[in-house]
Amino acid sequence: MDYVKAFIVGGLICVIGQVILDNTKLTPAHILVSFLTAGVILGGIGLYEPLVRFGGAGATVPIIGFGYSLAQGAIEGAKANGVLGAFTGGITSTAGGIAAAIIFGYIMSLVFKPKTKN
Amino acid sequence: MENMTNKEYQQYAEKKIPKPTYFKNMLMAFLVGGIICTIGQFIRNWLFNSGLDEKAVAGGTAIILVFLGALLTGLGVYDKIGKIGGAGAAIPITGFSNAIVSPAMEHRTEGLIFGVASKMFIIAGPVLVYGVSSSVIVGILYVLLTKGR
Repeated sequence: MDYVKAFIVGGLICVIGQVILDNTKLTPAHILVSFLTAGVILGGIGLYEPLVRFGGAGATVPIIGFGYSLAQGAIEGAKANGVLGAFTGGITSTAGGIAAAIIFGYIMSLVFKPKTKN
Repeated sequence: MENMTNKEYQQYAEKKIPKPTYFKNMLMAFLVGGIICTIGQFIRNWLFNSGLDEKAVAGGTAIILVFLGALLTGLGVYDKIGKIGGAGAAIPITGFSNAIVSPAMEHRTEGLIFGVASKMFIIAGPVLVYGVSSSVIVGILYVLLTKGR
């Protein structure tokens, strides 16, 4: 059942992005940034957590979930260490993903050659 | 026909423009995004079952998906998925990974520093700037709003 929920929630989030892409002049990069920021805001005011509890990976895998994770971390940090925690919390909670993106991104772009476009 | 105003003509013309891809795009975004999230759920369940806590599971899932996205981009597969899935491929964290590897590979000839290492962040940079900044603001607001409670 959790697979079905993940599929539907994740799919619907992507449909929202597709509708925005098709109806505006925004690029996928704009969508990534605005979805991420939306995730931080929704996570910050506690609106995204129910969706995570319901949709599991369907809510956490889209980039908006990355924003949620940043906000969660910042709030947890703030609870524990005040303003200092507000600074460290966001990156702490997403450190794995960010570090992975940097090192795997670097390695892959060295190992592979870009495919020539036909 | 000849007595149409500009506006009427525009409405008429808009009706005649075919929009066959619109619904299909949504469907493909739903399917591709859904499938990627289902794979994410599979990884999540697997990590949960191996005894990790919620935080480690979230981090581990992100790391594995980022790796897969980077690998598939390197192999040239993710660009094909992107052509089919549109936002369905761009919005999951694998798309973030794709946005890092793709420009890095393309600009490799410009060297390891200004080519690969700097072009990696063409899209990832803004994502991190807005993401990290807004999270710090959220944290500080939390401190301000709960102070004295």
